[in-house]
Amino acid sequence: MEAAITRSDSIITAYRDHCTYLARGGDLVSAFAELMGREGGCSRGKGGSMHFYKKDANFYGGHGIVGAQVPLGCGLAFAQKYKKEDTCTFALYGDGAANQGQLFEALNISALWKLPAILVCENNHYGMGTAEWRAAKSPAYYKRGDYVPGLKVDGMDVLAVKQACKFAKDHAVANGPIVLEMDTYRYHGHSMSDPGSTYRTRDEISGVRQERDPIERVRKLIYAHDLATAAELKDMEKEIRKDVDAAIAKAKEISMPDASELFTNVYKKGFGVESFGPDRKEMRATLP
Amino acid sequence: MLGVARRRLGSGTVLGQLMQTLRPAAAPRTYSAAAKEITVREALNSALDEEMSADPSVFLMGEEVGEYQGAYKISKGLLDKYGPDRVLDTPITEAGFTGIGVGAAYHGLRPIVEFMTFNFSMQAIDHIINSAAKSNYMSAGQISVPIVFRGPNGAAAGVGAQHSQCYAAWYAHVPGLKVLTPYSAEDARGLLKAAIRDPDPVVFLENELLYGESFPVSAEALDSSFCLPIGKAKIERQGKDVTITAFSKMVGYALQAADILAKEGISAEVINLRSIRPLDRAAINASVRKTNRLVTVEEGFPQHGVGAEICMAVVEDSFEYLDAPVERIAGADVPMPYAANLERMAVPQVEDIVRAAKRACYRAVPMAATA
Repeated sequence: MEAAITRSDSIITAYRDHCTYLARGGDLVSAFAELMGREGGCSRGKGGSMHFYKKDANFYGGHGIVGAQVPLGCGLAFAQKYKKEDTCTFALYGDGAANQGQLFEALNISALWKLPAILVCENNHYGMGTAEWRAAKSPAYYKRGDYVPGLKVDGMDVLAVKQACKFAKDHAVANGPIVLEMDTYRYHGHSMSDPGSTYRTRDEISGVRQERDPIERVRKLIYAHDLATAAELKDMEKEIRKDVDAAIAKAKEISMPDASELFTNVYKKGFGVESFGPDRKEMRATLP
Repeated sequence: MLGVARRRLGSGTVLGQLMQTLRPAAAPRTYSAAAKEITVREALNSALDEEMSADPSVFLMGEEVGEYQGAYKISKGLLDKYGPDRVLDTPITEAGFTGIGVGAAYHGLRPIVEFMTFNFSMQAIDHIINSAAKSNYMSAGQISVPIVFRGPNGAAAGVGAQHSQCYAAWYAHVPGLKVLTPYSAEDARGLLKAAIRDPDPVVFLENELLYGESFPVSAEALDSSFCLPIGKAKIERQGKDVTITAFSKMVGYALQAADILAKEGISAEVINLRSIRPLDRAAINASVRKTNRLVTVEEGFPQHGVGAEICMAVVEDSFEYLDAPVERIAGADVPMPYAANLERMAVPQVEDIVRAAKRACYRAVPMAATA
């Protein structure tokens, strides 16, 4: 996606936002620090796993309420058009969120007002533990826009994704909203408390990994076109793993946020009102 | 036998209400001396099971309640036992499925709508308030809504601002709703069964961190006819120096605070509110009239919160009995931070309750000394 767009285009997604943040130019250390709740985190430890942002790269988070990010994304598109930026917004959501009513409300308005909004359904076929056919009467998510055109894309093929996003951007800026359905998969469970194996077979998971893994496909392409040798790729992977380990180690050394941070950023403009801790006579602060 | 009589009468009739408060008299069985312990999770599961068994119009709907066995395993085993017509997995569409639940209640069914957390109930709050709470009034009694909205409420651990809010004050604000907040396993069983049998919409606020906690339960509480009255608080611990009101997880904290206070010669009376709407004003006032001092404890944001209402209830009925200003312990007045150290500062801790109780007790110091 990033290869097809610029940092002036906006991206907004739900809670599976760690890699989106990195792709928008976020660094490993601040990502890990945020997960650990350290002050060096991208949200200074106050947002957490589900709330990564990078406003200077037009990445608007990081949202915990399923579906909410889609009307927000259409709002970003509204502002882009209002300000005549000739940019577009990619609002990402999952197959679980695809049934949310607010999507259709926002899509209707986006179509009426020709907003440069691209709704991207990352269809990994499961909403937590519920398979798509049990949640959607029509799991053809690219068609769910009805009067809004939609494209189905092999989400595990990086070049297909790039082409689709390029096409979508051109379309959205010129004509208004479009839906992209990215056919993809989730290897792990929904969250730390979901083993991910009670609602599907391990064979299914390993089958997808073997046949459709996007990184493995890129590896095959690289070999096929003699762009690098196996040894070179292995070295690259070793380097990357080292970088990641180093970033984790560095993040662990960053301190937790200072106690005063409890009261910062409640408002942009606090008018000097007071805010309180659990025992208001013990802990209070003036909001600037 | 009494249980059967209760169910036949239902809780809609006066006699039914009376039967609900009667305790089984000479039950023809021996109770084991050792107290059995069950978790809150088991308590809720057994309550759901028993009420679904007793009344075929009771059904459960929500995300992952069926095949997944419940996001927190509260509904474990129910799909297998009652089938997909009565245990329904919904898509992630709170506004839609809550409206559907309320509509089903209009037409005589008794739905239990589960929210994975009450944070998500905000997507459906129009139906809870405008479609459920107000219907009996607007229709002059024609359309009553025997529905239960249940799920975890308040802060869990490290889930951030959008997943940690307490909605007790929000829902308790609305006439037409009943709002219950169980603490122990006995509370969970008795209040959920009462909620399901109640003919009005009940918001049942559980707590994720309490699900795994075990509590001793009496044989009476384990009986399938067991029910707790709605609108009645429980004195968890008798005391004479200061009243501490709390609900849900904070009851445990208040009890710990009472232990610490006892060592310092302060005898705290801990009230487990159990019911936020109706609020047991009588019990709270009776306690304050005895102790003359009050500390309210809640997890939610302080402004316009449950403690504010309790304070007013006492000022209105027992002002002359107060020997000290009412103290309020609540969640910090900020969105819930993610970092563990900030989160700890944003949620009431036992020491906050102890400190406030001590302030309430030493307030008798002459004003000159504090100048």
